[in-house]
Amino acid sequence: MASGKEIRTKIKSVENTRKITKAMEMVAASKMRKAQERMRHARPYAEKIAQVAAHFSEAHPEYKHPFVEQRAQIKRVGLVLVTTDKGLCGALNTNSMRLALNKMKDWDGQKVEVDVTAIGNKGAGFMQRLGASIVSQAAGLGDTPHMEKLIGPVQVMLEAFKEGRIDALYLIYSRFINTMKQEVAFNQLLPLHGEPAPKETYWDYIYEPEAKGVVDGLMVRYVEALIYQAVAENMACEQSARMVAMKSASDNAKTVIEELKLVYNKTRQAAITKELSEIVAGAAAV
Amino acid sequence: MAMTLHLDIVSAEASLYSGLAEFVVVPAEMGEVGIYPRHAPLLTRIKPGSVRIKSPDKSEEDLIYVSGGILEVQPGIVTILSDTAIRGADLDEARVLEAKKQAEEAMTNRTGAMEYAQAQAELAQAVAQLSVIDKLRRHH
Repeated sequence: MASGKEIRTKIKSVENTRKITKAMEMVAASKMRKAQERMRHARPYAEKIAQVAAHFSEAHPEYKHPFVEQRAQIKRVGLVLVTTDKGLCGALNTNSMRLALNKMKDWDGQKVEVDVTAIGNKGAGFMQRLGASIVSQAAGLGDTPHMEKLIGPVQVMLEAFKEGRIDALYLIYSRFINTMKQEVAFNQLLPLHGEPAPKETYWDYIYEPEAKGVVDGLMVRYVEALIYQAVAENMACEQSARMVAMKSASDNAKTVIEELKLVYNKTRQAAITKELSEIVAGAAAV
Repeated sequence: MAMTLHLDIVSAEASLYSGLAEFVVVPAEMGEVGIYPRHAPLLTRIKPGSVRIKSPDKSEEDLIYVSGGILEVQPGIVTILSDTAIRGADLDEARVLEAKKQAEEAMTNRTGAMEYAQAQAELAQAVAQLSVIDKLRRHH
């Protein structure tokens, strides 16, 4: 059995670990509230732009944007993988990466090549180890999603689609359901869904200055908004997952401390009993 | 009562205005446009500037700054999608290059072809670890 001193040191070290996990839990809890708020704030924009895009597909545009065209043959696809920058958030990233890996394996089986845009350090690292072709990446997003940091990486994919280097664009991220539950989501970004329904009444927008530029701007923003929303949701997921993971780590540390204390007290008691019986035996011998 | 239209001004990071308005002035790319209710459908880009709103219950106009974006007008609804980032062809180009450079730097120190098997093994390991942790937790 371990000596009393050894167990005491062990208890001390577990207590220190527990202090850290407890602190991380509280930090994550306060960040989680803010992250959820930001996620909710991002929603109206995504909803409105989806509405405008829907109006647009109802109209009879004189100009058909390449983003809405379905391609007959798919030879190469783009994948935007949204993960967190930091670890210690349970199975969150593992789940996203596993889905990405499965999808990429499927595509590989169908002889479809994959280009990856990695948002977040974890996914970037994973894709690098995997040896996938990473065309753009964004890392170090911090706690608030910023459109500025996403425009570049997304634009790389949009240009690739426009130029025909990729034929479809997909997005993988963690969808926020509630604090305890997050789900991996797999969405198609390009080509955009929604066939324009032929209608009785003919109407179209007045475009200023010309249709092409305006629609281009709208479409690019639409895709960016979807990705921004995904990043905002992923951040809310990250904080909740971290909070839950750190809470269970603190709880586990507590049980470990309790068990160790029991062992410590038992050894101490055993030593006292032994000493007493030695004294009694000594006294009896005299 | 005067006729009103529904106005929404949203940016990716927040909803800036949502409510009724009698008259709106927007800094469109080709010059300012004033919109009354039942305006013809219009889709245009807007320049950085301020949006002036005349709401029905106030005598003075509201001013909201937008840093560019898209304006959509439907007969009863006006939607302004405001950008949060300052944009421009050159700026976007610079951002693209930055993102590409990051990826290329990361790509330089990597090994060989795609190793699905290895990655899958690594992931399987991680998943196994997680499920063990889960079981342990339930055990306690």
